Amino acid sequence: MSSSPSGFHPTIAVFKFASCDGCQLSLLDCEDELLALAGAVRIANFQEMSRATIEGPYDIAFVEGSITTSHDLERLQRIRATSTTLITIGACATAGGIQALRNFADVQEYTAVVYPRPEFIRTLATSTPIAEHVRVDFELRGCPINRHQLLEVITAALAGRRPAVPRHSVCAECKQRGTTCLLVAGATPCLGPVTQAGCGAICPAVGRGCYGCYGPAEAANPSALGDRLLAGGMAPADVTRWFRTFNSAAPVFTKESLRHDPQRQR
Amino acid sequence: MTHSASDSERLLEVHDLARVEGEGALRVVVREGQVAEVALNIFEPPRFFEALLRGRRHDEAPDITARVCGICPVAYQTSACAAMEQACGVRVEGQIAALRRLLYCGEWIQSHALHIHLLHAPDFLGCQDAVGLAQIDRAAVERGLRLKRTGNLLMETVGGRAIHPVNVRLGGFHRAPTRSELAALRPHLEQAVEDAAATISWVAKFDFPNLEQDYLFVSLLGDGLYPIEGGRVGTSHGWDLSVEEFEPLLVEDHVERSTALHARLEGRDPYLTGPLARYALNSQRLPDEVRRAASAAGLGAVCRNPFQSIVVRAVELLYACQEALRLIEAYQPPEPPAVEVPPRAGAGTGGSEAPRGLLLHRYEIDAEGIIRAARLVPPTSQNQLSIEADLRRVVEDSLQLPDPELTWRCEQTVRNYDPCISCAAHFLEVSVEREA
Repeated sequence: MSSSPSGFHPTIAVFKFASCDGCQLSLLDCEDELLALAGAVRIANFQEMSRATIEGPYDIAFVEGSITTSHDLERLQRIRATSTTLITIGACATAGGIQALRNFADVQEYTAVVYPRPEFIRTLATSTPIAEHVRVDFELRGCPINRHQLLEVITAALAGRRPAVPRHSVCAECKQRGTTCLLVAGATPCLGPVTQAGCGAICPAVGRGCYGCYGPAEAANPSALGDRLLAGGMAPADVTRWFRTFNSAAPVFTKESLRHDPQRQR
Repeated sequence: MTHSASDSERLLEVHDLARVEGEGALRVVVREGQVAEVALNIFEPPRFFEALLRGRRHDEAPDITARVCGICPVAYQTSACAAMEQACGVRVEGQIAALRRLLYCGEWIQSHALHIHLLHAPDFLGCQDAVGLAQIDRAAVERGLRLKRTGNLLMETVGGRAIHPVNVRLGGFHRAPTRSELAALRPHLEQAVEDAAATISWVAKFDFPNLEQDYLFVSLLGDGLYPIEGGRVGTSHGWDLSVEEFEPLLVEDHVERSTALHARLEGRDPYLTGPLARYALNSQRLPDEVRRAASAAGLGAVCRNPFQSIVVRAVELLYACQEALRLIEAYQPPEPPAVEVPPRAGAGTGGSEAPRGLLLHRYEIDAEGIIRAARLVPPTSQNQLSIEADLRRVVEDSLQLPDPELTWRCEQTVRNYDPCISCAAHFLEVSVEREA
């Protein structure tokens, strides 16, 4: 983005595609910083917050949601063309979201199940991450994103530097919290070893295995974990389900889910 | 965005409705001084939850359906748990049920505080958004943000996370918070009670357009308490049914302009769910102190003016803060924190009061707990016909307004409902067209 001499108020826009709104809500959840932030930037387009909109170009565009319609694909391309920096927020935008389960099924059949008049519905056969279609400058993970990480990303973007967002696994956060390893000590299935940190290891902290909502960690080895889950007595179909939730379109999760999929679709 | 299509026609269009959750648009056509067309278009892309749930395990439904909506995930988790527990013949009672209600109070507090201060109040005060509102009344916005933060803090303490809580499971919770963890919330909630009372006085002074609608109200009925996490279904025409008796009577149809379905009772009668309905059918269940605050704000036992929903929401906000304090006072950590919910073949229905209205789930599962069929009926699709009926009246009553003001009034009318479009799409677009 452009440099920020004092007095310069970069324009920020927030756009939504197929999603639950939870990640952009995280911006409104920055209760202590929201008014200060609104003073430091020009909020040019943030539909969930304001009816006032300013036409692009935008210095920073935050994009929530996945691409599931051809209309949305065109809209995304216009947003990319008019934004200096494009940052995706959340699992839908970075890995397809829960709606990417259609990628393993027949969307025509899905439409017929949900809608009495399927002919009214226009949708793509797949739910795909933003980076499959346009250049993305930074991907912030999570279902939902963590608002402290979001503030770091905004601060970094305003300063023109790379955000300090760790790529290591949830395991490191369990160690930091002093949470006893569920997988080792309790034989509780846990995706922590292959899942990117950022949530604060909140699931193991309540005695529950990580369910992978931040997507794959850097250099994750899902097949080693998949084998371990099988050895612990989990059925292959359940291993598939575990790798196929909110980040099922992340390639290494897709691959591991297919390795155990009894139906071997796609 | 508004334009006049010709001298004889007024077309008011809002392509991207703001300050609502999700993607919708509004279109109103006025021809020769008569409202010819009112359409709320929902172009939120469909995500096919009812389809993708099939083949998943019963214990995954709370986390998967939470992702329908980032603003009311606890509503989805609670209705899903209730439905699955019923399917499996399990009842959840005592402190586990109380803890669910406490978590849900957190969601009501954050959602109502958000909608009142950041999304709805700016309309009444002529502001584009909360940032503009802060320029004329910073203390009010700060109060709203403080309330919202308390709601989130409560959700984080009980649920492990404010958006898509991780501590909820079938049968209860993964871990029960300690008494001292909850006690730490007390000062925040005591401040919130004060803030909510101030919010009621603040919104009560707003200028409300004159509109009384003859709604058919539908809401859960609280068992001695104001309804939040469950109960029987009541209507203003006298029904008193269990959720499983009620669910089949709710018939949805599909129109071309919307990825949300339109719900009617017995396929015939439009109805209203949400704060006005809850209040109309349950105001006698509010504690005296909250009822006095409602009365001081000018509310009777029933409120039929949709613009005053902001006052009812503020009353419910006060209630949720007080109720959270009461639940924390009485709390004893349940041991174990969850009852087991082993699968069995069957069907179950669950309902709870999301901040914006009744949310029903129904599932059929097999003996292994695999979901075979799912139905989710969110509040906004139930309210879609009422929203359009309100819009028609508002336009008829306000034709003297110039297009920009009339369009804004229409947007405000939609925002009266705190609509959640991500939920309903399986839902919202505003345009007004005038032909003189």
